[in-house]
Amino acid sequence: MSTAPALSIEGLKKVYAGGFEALKGIDLRVEQGDFFALLGPNGAGKSTTIGVICSLVVKSAGQVAIFGLDIDRQFAAAKRMIGVVPQEFNFSIFERVGDIVETQAGFYGLGGAQARRQTEKYLRKLGLWDKRNEQARHLSGGMKRRLMIARALVHEPRLLILDEPTAGVDIEIRRSMWSFLREMNEAGTTIILTTHYLEEAESLCRNIAIIDHGEIVENTSMRELLQQLGTETLVLDLADPLSEVPNLEPFVARRTEAACLEVDIDKGQNLNDVFARLDAAGIRVRSLRNKSNRLEQLFVAMTQSEGSTETLVHAAG
Amino acid sequence: MPPDDILLPQGRRAVFEANFVAFRTLLVKEIRRFLRIWPQTLIPPAISMALYFAIFGAIIGRRIGEMAGFDYMEFIVPGLIMMSVITNAYANVSASFFSAKFQRSIEALLVSPTPNSVLLGGFIAGGVARGLAVAAIVTVMAAFFIEIRIHDWFVTLGMLLLTAILFSLGGFINGLFADKFDDISIIPAFVLTPLTYLGGVFYALELLPDVWRTLSYFNPIVYVVASFRYGFFGYSGDVPVGLSFIAVAVFVVVFWFLSLWLLQRGTGLRT
Repeated sequence: MSTAPALSIEGLKKVYAGGFEALKGIDLRVEQGDFFALLGPNGAGKSTTIGVICSLVVKSAGQVAIFGLDIDRQFAAAKRMIGVVPQEFNFSIFERVGDIVETQAGFYGLGGAQARRQTEKYLRKLGLWDKRNEQARHLSGGMKRRLMIARALVHEPRLLILDEPTAGVDIEIRRSMWSFLREMNEAGTTIILTTHYLEEAESLCRNIAIIDHGEIVENTSMRELLQQLGTETLVLDLADPLSEVPNLEPFVARRTEAACLEVDIDKGQNLNDVFARLDAAGIRVRSLRNKSNRLEQLFVAMTQSEGSTETLVHAAG
Repeated sequence: MPPDDILLPQGRRAVFEANFVAFRTLLVKEIRRFLRIWPQTLIPPAISMALYFAIFGAIIGRRIGEMAGFDYMEFIVPGLIMMSVITNAYANVSASFFSAKFQRSIEALLVSPTPNSVLLGGFIAGGVARGLAVAAIVTVMAAFFIEIRIHDWFVTLGMLLLTAILFSLGGFINGLFADKFDDISIIPAFVLTPLTYLGGVFYALELLPDVWRTLSYFNPIVYVVASFRYGFFGYSGDVPVGLSFIAVAVFVVVFWFLSLWLLQRGTGLRT
């Protein structure tokens, strides 16, 4: 099996008609078997990047290779490697669920019994087999998302690209989709994910790139990225209400409700010291939790300014 | 080197077979589409043609008598069949392709390894299938009013097929450029319908004053209808059938490569 990266992007530029420069020469490399997050605010260039990879957007410059196959020179072979789940529903709502998936298999050259077998396999995996004879318009939002995943997988792609796959689905379905995607990844499928749910990226992905204003502002492992975060905030639910903010120096504390306290802990500070000061102040704690998605703090820090690692460290630390 | 994959076709023959499967899939999808909405696609031409036959043929036609030496009802049948083929082949491809663009379901095809020629071929074949299906329905209905005789099968079927392909290609190009649903009804309403009605479906060109007759020869549908009528009765007026065939075939080739070029550029599809 080839050892080429699942996705290799070099110097990718896209200038739209009218002169808007959506991508300013990005480089990106996603290794085989990775679970990769591509994050960025709206209009940062995520969808343009995915559009170029899937040949829905014509690039202005640069090279893109899928498992070593150039998308310009070996487009058919490269495309066979990719499965795409777009952000918006893009199937005919009047077609039957089974037909939508089987037709997609046909577009990849899988005909007859093989197409039917693959269709059944993925409709069963995604819990849609019972709906195969229904028109897609009768499906719920979550089912429609799963239908798009089944359709993207029907030709057994090596690289699955999901653009906001869990947008608008409830928590239960989102969790079951996470579980399914983890299984796919463990079975060897490389997955690239864009999402607005940063918890989703933090939970699923091993590596991450953050794109902003058409440039990659960070490309590292999730663990290294999160280590850059200098401060964590603990939310403490207290046994008794407080009338004022206690002095917990050197820690910074804020009272958000009468019986709720937030405490910032910098890198290198000790959690035991927090409790020692709480004890000394006579404050009893019923429970504690981490305040928010840590990745979200980083993301905001990186994309609020011009976007550099230096900015991130200052902003987060 | 691509990675090993049981679903990856290896070799030229396998790639050809995969492309053929993609073509067949698209054709089946297109046929399924117009059959699913048969009250919109198959019934209206049947009803309108039945009305043409009844009013122009059976009721008014009796008073008109003969046209170019033929019973009037007999005279209009080939033109009416061709009119159905032109409008339905065109409408099928323009509507189906534009709907696929509008719903973005075309993206599922664009991200696949299906070559542009197969994509184009699949949509055109769908338009031809609907054109021929409607032609068959209209012919069967005509058989209730006249005895269907075929003078030259080759000319009849050849012109039928070429016309269906040509107007399917026209519908495809229209669909490529269309941004809204209005854009796919403008050409049929303001170009195709007038040209068809003035294309010698209901009258022989000899009846026209010289000026109008000369102008009619600039209408491409005149050649299509006259050649098709020749296939039925061996009569095409002063329209040369061989030249008509060549002209339609040349237009098919030009429209085919124009469509491929537009697809290659991503016109209306890729940003």
